[in-house]
Amino acid sequence: MPDTAWTPDQPIVSLKDVHKSFGELEVLRGVSIDVMKGEVICIIGPSGSGKSTLIRCINGLNDIQSGSITVEGLEVHDPKLDKLALRRKVGMVFQQYNLFPHKTALENIMMAPLKVLKEPKEEVAARARRLLAKVRLDGKEDSYPGELSGGQQQRVAIARSLAMNPDVMLFDEVTAALDPETVKEVLVTIKELAGDGMTCILVTHEMGFAREIADHIYFTDRGVIVEHGPPATFFKEAKDPRTKEFLSQIL
Amino acid sequence: MSARRPIPGLGAAPSTDLPVLLPFDRGKGRTPDIYLATRWLASLPPWTPLLILAVMLAWPLVAHAQGRYAYSDAFDALFRWMPFLVFEGFFFNILISFLAMAIGTVAGAALGLAQISLNPMLRRAAWFITQLFRNSPWLVLLFIVLLAFPFEIVIGGVIIPIPDWMKAVFGLSLPIMANISEVVRGAVQSVPTAQWEASESLAFTRRQTMWQIILPQCFKRMIPPWMNWYAILTMATPLCSLLGVEELITLSRQAMEGEDNHPELLVPFFGFALVIFFMYCYPIARATIWLERKYSVKL
Repeated sequence: MPDTAWTPDQPIVSLKDVHKSFGELEVLRGVSIDVMKGEVICIIGPSGSGKSTLIRCINGLNDIQSGSITVEGLEVHDPKLDKLALRRKVGMVFQQYNLFPHKTALENIMMAPLKVLKEPKEEVAARARRLLAKVRLDGKEDSYPGELSGGQQQRVAIARSLAMNPDVMLFDEVTAALDPETVKEVLVTIKELAGDGMTCILVTHEMGFAREIADHIYFTDRGVIVEHGPPATFFKEAKDPRTKEFLSQIL
Repeated sequence: MSARRPIPGLGAAPSTDLPVLLPFDRGKGRTPDIYLATRWLASLPPWTPLLILAVMLAWPLVAHAQGRYAYSDAFDALFRWMPFLVFEGFFFNILISFLAMAIGTVAGAALGLAQISLNPMLRRAAWFITQLFRNSPWLVLLFIVLLAFPFEIVIGGVIIPIPDWMKAVFGLSLPIMANISEVVRGAVQSVPTAQWEASESLAFTRRQTMWQIILPQCFKRMIPPWMNWYAILTMATPLCSLLGVEELITLSRQAMEGEDNHPELLVPFFGFALVIFFMYCYPIARATIWLERKYSVKL
C-alpha cells in the first residue's frame, strides 16, 4: 500500500490530471496540483470554473472520471478506500457552515470525535472547549447555531472540523455568505490556523487575503489551471490574458 | 393627444412578444393536501356538539312523532345504554386505533427508510408497496385482510386464534403504514443535502448520519402529519362495524335492536356516536393544525 510509503517530504495532497464531468458538462479538464505539508494554497477564478468541484473531489464528496488524487498516499477514488481514514485526515468547511441545527456549538464540535472516533467524553469535551476558545467563541458553548451570527457559525464549523485532528483543511468559499464585518473574524481564524502550520487549501474570492496568506495561488478557468505562482509574482506579473482580465476586474 | 400610444395592460389589452413567466397553474400543480379532513374538522367551532344535541332534541318537531313510543323514551334508552356504549364500544374503537397506529407507525417508518435506501431494488419495492396501500380504499383493504387471513394460526402445535377485530387492526394499519412511509420519506428529504455532506466530511457513515443527524432534525416535522393520520384513523374505525367487530357503531345497532328498533332511536343513538367521536378527535385535529402551522415556519 502506498499509504505507508508516504513521507513528509512528498506532497501531502497530490492531484494528477484530474477529469470530472457532470453528465455532458466537463467541469475539470486535467487539473494537477501538488501541495506540500504546511503549505497554504489558494484557488481563485471566475464562477463556474470548477474551483468548488476541485476542492470537493479532494475529500471524495465528488467522484472523478479519470486521473488520481492522493492524500498522504491514500488514493481518494480507490473503490476500496477506507473513507474513515481519509476523512480523519481531511477536514472541510463549507460556504453555508452546515452546522447541525439541533445541537449546541459544543455538541457540534464533540459529535464526530465521540460517535466516529469513539473517544472518551471528558477528553473530547476538553478539546472542544479548547477549540472554541481558539476560534474566540468561549462562552458560546451552549448556543444553538440559530442563535449565532454567520461569522460565529462559520468559526464553530472550523472548530468542528479541527476536532477530528485533520492534517489538511479544505475551505470552500467560507466567507462568501458572510457580511463584510464578519468576514474578517473568520479570516483571522484561518490565518492563525495557517500560522500553526496546518496545510490549508482554500477556494476564495478574497484576493487581499489570498495575497497575504497563500504560499501559492492557482487560477482556474473553465476547468483548467491557467496560471499559478507565489502571490508576489502572481499578482504583479500575471502572463495569461485570462488571468490579467480576471485580476483587473476585481483588484 | 391622439399620438400617445396606449399603455398595454392599462389603455390596451396586455400583450408582449417578450418571453415571460406565466402564472403558476394552481389547479394542476397543487399537491393533494393530506390535512384536508383534519383541517375541516379543526375548522369547526368547539360548540359543534351542542349543535348536534340541538338537532337531536329538535328532531321530533320535524319528524312528526307518531305511535306510543315517545321521543323521551328514546333518550331514556340512550342514557341506559350509554355506559355500555362508551366503555364497551367507544373504548374498543380507541384500542383499535392505538394498535393500528402502533403497527402502522413501526412498519411505515421501516418502509419509509427503505424508500430512501441506496439499494435500488429495495427502494423500488418500498415505493411500490407504499403507493399500493396509500391509494387503495380502506374498506377494500379491510375486506381483503378479513377474507384472506385465517381465523387461527398454529405455531408449534399451539393454536392461536385470530379474532376479527385483530384482523381489522391489521387491515387499518396497512394504509397507515403506507402514509407514514410517505411522511418519513418526505421529512428526511426535506433536510438539506448539505447536512449529509457536512456529516460525510466528518467521517460519519450513512447509517450514523441518518440516525444521529438527519432523523433528529426532522422528527419534529413528522409529528403533525403523524397526528393527522391518527385522527383520520380514529374516524375510520367505525368501518370495522362492517366486519362485525363489536365497536361503538355495532353496539349502537345492537342496543337499538334491544329497544325494539323504534325509528325514534336512530337520531339519539347515532347523534351520540357523532358527539363522542367529535369530542375525541376535535382536540387532536386542532392540535395537529396548530403544530403544523408552528413547525412550517422556516427558521
